[in-house]
Amino acid sequence: MWWRILALVRKEFLALLKDPKSRLVLVVPPLVQLLVFGYAATFDLRQVPIAVLDEDRGSASRELLAAFGGDATFVQVARLRSEDEIAPLVDRRKVLAVIRVGPRFTDDLLSGRPAPLQVIIDGRNSNTAMIALNYVRSVVERFNSDWIAARGLQAPPARLETRAWFNPNLESRWFFIPGIVGMLTLVVTMLVTALTVAREREQGTFDQLLVTPLRPGEILLGKTVPGFVIGILQATLIMVVARAWFGVPFLGSLAAFYAGLALFLLSAVGAGLLISSLSATQQQGLLGAFLFMVPAVILSGFATPIANMPEAVQLVTYVDPLRYFLVILRKVFLEGAGFALVADQLWPMAVIGAVTLSLASWLFRHRMY
Amino acid sequence: MSGARGGAGMRLRGLLRKEFLQIVRDPSSIAIAFLMPIFLLTLFGYGVSLDADHVPIALVQDAPSRDGADFLASIRGTHYFAPREAASMAEAERLLREGKVNGIVRLPADFPRRLRESSGAPIQVVVSGVDANTARLVLGYVEGAWGTWLSSRAARLGQEASSPVGQQTRIWFNAELRSRNYLVPGLVAIIMTLIGALLTALVMAREWERGTMEALLVTPASMTEVLLGKLGAYFVLGTGGMFLTVGLAVWLFDVPLRGSFWVLWACSSLFLLAALGMGLTISTLARSQFVAGQVAIITTFLPAFLLSGFIFDIGSMPPVVQAITHVIVARYFVAIVQTLFLAGDVWAVVVPNALALALLAAAFLAITWRKSRKRLD
Repeated sequence: MWWRILALVRKEFLALLKDPKSRLVLVVPPLVQLLVFGYAATFDLRQVPIAVLDEDRGSASRELLAAFGGDATFVQVARLRSEDEIAPLVDRRKVLAVIRVGPRFTDDLLSGRPAPLQVIIDGRNSNTAMIALNYVRSVVERFNSDWIAARGLQAPPARLETRAWFNPNLESRWFFIPGIVGMLTLVVTMLVTALTVAREREQGTFDQLLVTPLRPGEILLGKTVPGFVIGILQATLIMVVARAWFGVPFLGSLAAFYAGLALFLLSAVGAGLLISSLSATQQQGLLGAFLFMVPAVILSGFATPIANMPEAVQLVTYVDPLRYFLVILRKVFLEGAGFALVADQLWPMAVIGAVTLSLASWLFRHRMY
Repeated sequence: MSGARGGAGMRLRGLLRKEFLQIVRDPSSIAIAFLMPIFLLTLFGYGVSLDADHVPIALVQDAPSRDGADFLASIRGTHYFAPREAASMAEAERLLREGKVNGIVRLPADFPRRLRESSGAPIQVVVSGVDANTARLVLGYVEGAWGTWLSSRAARLGQEASSPVGQQTRIWFNAELRSRNYLVPGLVAIIMTLIGALLTALVMAREWERGTMEALLVTPASMTEVLLGKLGAYFVLGTGGMFLTVGLAVWLFDVPLRGSFWVLWACSSLFLLAALGMGLTISTLARSQFVAGQVAIITTFLPAFLLSGFIFDIGSMPPVVQAITHVIVARYFVAIVQTLFLAGDVWAVVVPNALALALLAAAFLAITWRKSRKRLD
């Protein structure tokens, strides 16, 4: 029996790798994508273009605007003369924000009255706007405390002392790169599995496979092994690049990583084969792959936290294997989790894998065209 | 249009009819054009949000006091937090480590006494930095609550507010910073990229693989006509999907459409041509459906999702990556739809991006046309 399966596995690998284009597709894009996405996926803003409108031209306003100029986050691209110039710049997305200092700013400050500072911000991308506002606020806070200290004024009675665990500089790249490792692993698995059965169905070779002595379970095994092996190799490569190139700390245990990876691959391969065996044509297989992959990525908590989703959608995320794998990846990379801390994420993936794989193997025989 | 030799119009009609028949026979194309937008847009429109509300945090008072309770009330007063009491810092740290809370606010035992000293009292804030974005939002919310508390306390005690400069913020186009208002137009672009490429990624390869392309080529129809037939049929299908997506965005998700509908329609058509052209290019270059499908999976979704400016700000990416985003079709359309929906007809944004779309569409179609013609020789 084993040589039969071995022959089948060999055939599946050949089918995947004999076409040079297909070989290329499996190896190069995931690596390139890790590099490109790794740099692209960050919520940390750099070089935010701003304009300033200084109606005061006093010593205090100069000092405040210099503080903005000295902050590496902002690039001052324009100095405005009147209010009318604000709208065209913001509309055209030439600047993200306009800092406007009113005419009595220095007077107010020097005589101890609170001085307002107006910030106009482009809300088209609300997330970028919110982050930029936070940066603006920290510049203003710093200016305030310097002002108070320099003039010996009464400091606020309480101050915040903040600390961030696991990621002291709050680099959002550390959050996203483990997520990208998970996403690319999912994509590679889909590449290998989602079209295989559909292709054989379309070309008629699947019927031939069914009349061989191979049992559905054995066919399933033959189809699972390539996806599994390629997935493990790719994920390892991607993980090493994430660690070595991007310097994302890998603090947890390798055992926990590979346990999570193995179960995730089982569930992803299962989903891919299920889609594939449901489809009569490769076009349908491709549609199915997208209908699974896109929600799986978006609802996994990769970019938008699951906690922000409505209850009903949160329930849907429980059938998303990527959701569990991302938790494991982040815990293992950043929090240094060992086996125990990720154990509760493992069994749901095992269940998803078992269900999808058995459904797929049942469909091999029961869905004939 | 008539005549035995010059029946180009008739031939094209025949080819269009053939494509439509094929579409109807395998309903997966119709599913791509109509079911996928409904499914994806409802799921994401409801599911995707960056607005952190009711973030769970732990509150610790080492020694309960009236001043402490007063400050914590300002934290409890906002809808941003779902606070829970922790008896000790050790318990709060355990909650943070287990992911039950995203942050800790701790008032030390000497908080009331130091509040009255000139050096001021420290308030300890700890956040979990794993999700840096949420961590930053939490810090921002705590700072906001702290600022409100400071000024209301100063007012109550008849003191001057202790922050010299007060920041007033005006947010244009999306005053409540509803993230759905910018995510839904972006999703329209992402979903249409997928649909455009999915519709056509396999069609040329399928004809080659099944040998029907050779059959088509011995008819009087030229390769250009074959391509036009395919483009036309899927363009109609894609336009239907586009109307559906825009309609859902406006009526189901209440995203304001401030620009003109006609401009949106014109830009969408350009974009659709580019997306379909990209699918046809993949299909022509790959020649086999299997490889074409693989390439479509790799080149459409993740690049459109991550490199289009839909979620991640393009201006903050390194220059090399910014250069790469210029070949992402979705990038231009995301810029157009976000502006058309939220800001209005800002020509300075619409025109350059529309031109880029036209250029990409022309490039993809030219590649397809050239590569298909070569086979004839």
